[in-house]
Amino acid sequence: MGECPVCGSEIELEDGVRENEIIDCETCGAELEVITLNPLTFEEAPEEQEDWGE
Amino acid sequence: MRKEEKMLLDCDFDNEAKIVHVDTRKIISGKKEYSDIDIILDREVSHTLSLYALKYFESINKKTINNYKIASICGDKIYTSLLLKKNNIANLKTLIAFSAQSARDAITEIGFPCVIKPPVGSWGRMIAKINDMDAAEAILEHKSFIPGNNHSIFYIQEYVEKPGRDIRAFAIEETTICAIYRNSDHWITNTSRGGNATNCQVTGEIQDLCSKASNAIGKGLLAIDLIETDDGLKIVELNHKMEFRNSIDITGVNIPRLTLEYALGQS
Repeated sequence: MGECPVCGSEIELEDGVRENEIIDCETCGAELEVITLNPLTFEEAPEEQEDWGE
Repeated sequence: MRKEEKMLLDCDFDNEAKIVHVDTRKIISGKKEYSDIDIILDREVSHTLSLYALKYFESINKKTINNYKIASICGDKIYTSLLLKKNNIANLKTLIAFSAQSARDAITEIGFPCVIKPPVGSWGRMIAKINDMDAAEAILEHKSFIPGNNHSIFYIQEYVEKPGRDIRAFAIEETTICAIYRNSDHWITNTSRGGNATNCQVTGEIQDLCSKASNAIGKGLLAIDLIETDDGLKIVELNHKMEFRNSIDITGVNIPRLTLEYALGQS
């Protein structure tokens, strides 16, 4: 169980989630990056930049 | 890490190979030899970071897919258009203007409507359909206030009325492995902007055009965006770090697995 750094809600992840994966907080909708799995910690995902893409 | 990177990391090759994530943000040149890594598959979302990382890994003799040359061309629409034109590969009429004044002249030459795009960018971001000179002047003025170089050179392209869709084809070297239609009522059909993906049969024309593009740019992995015109298919752009999350189920092609099998075959 981890805590959303934006709204403080508790977040539980499904099995198979990886470090650096981007997930959504189901409570506030913030995009979060999984920083560590044990303990489970998050940071706000980096904001989209102009040179991002395919 | 997007869904695509996770799909790649989740591919299981038993004991034949191990897929690991290198976080570009943590690289410091010379601090690590990466001796346990044979192949670098570029999935960095930032074009700028991607180019520097590729250059760095190539400098320490790592095999890269796609390599710096392909990334630098595909990641810049101007370089892509110049390559396609030089190789006589069917693409949209495009003019590159080096100042706002020459952009105005180029827009006049292309005619209305036309499309203006930042040279570097993706997901349909900051592209604009220009319907008349009033809109052109407004957009050129707005661009003059955007910092950075990406809006001080002007990529202007003919607008083609699409049949409610365009085509994205996935190619491994000169072989097109699958394709999707990106359907939308909007002129921007990117799936990231709401376009709906359906399967597209790979025709001889698709295969032929994609093969020409692949041969022109070099051996690698490409997602090629095509548009259906009265004069046949034309290439709109080439993508080198393609997203495929919406294309696997509808094509029945395991794109991440084929991507990695190709990469492993290069070691």
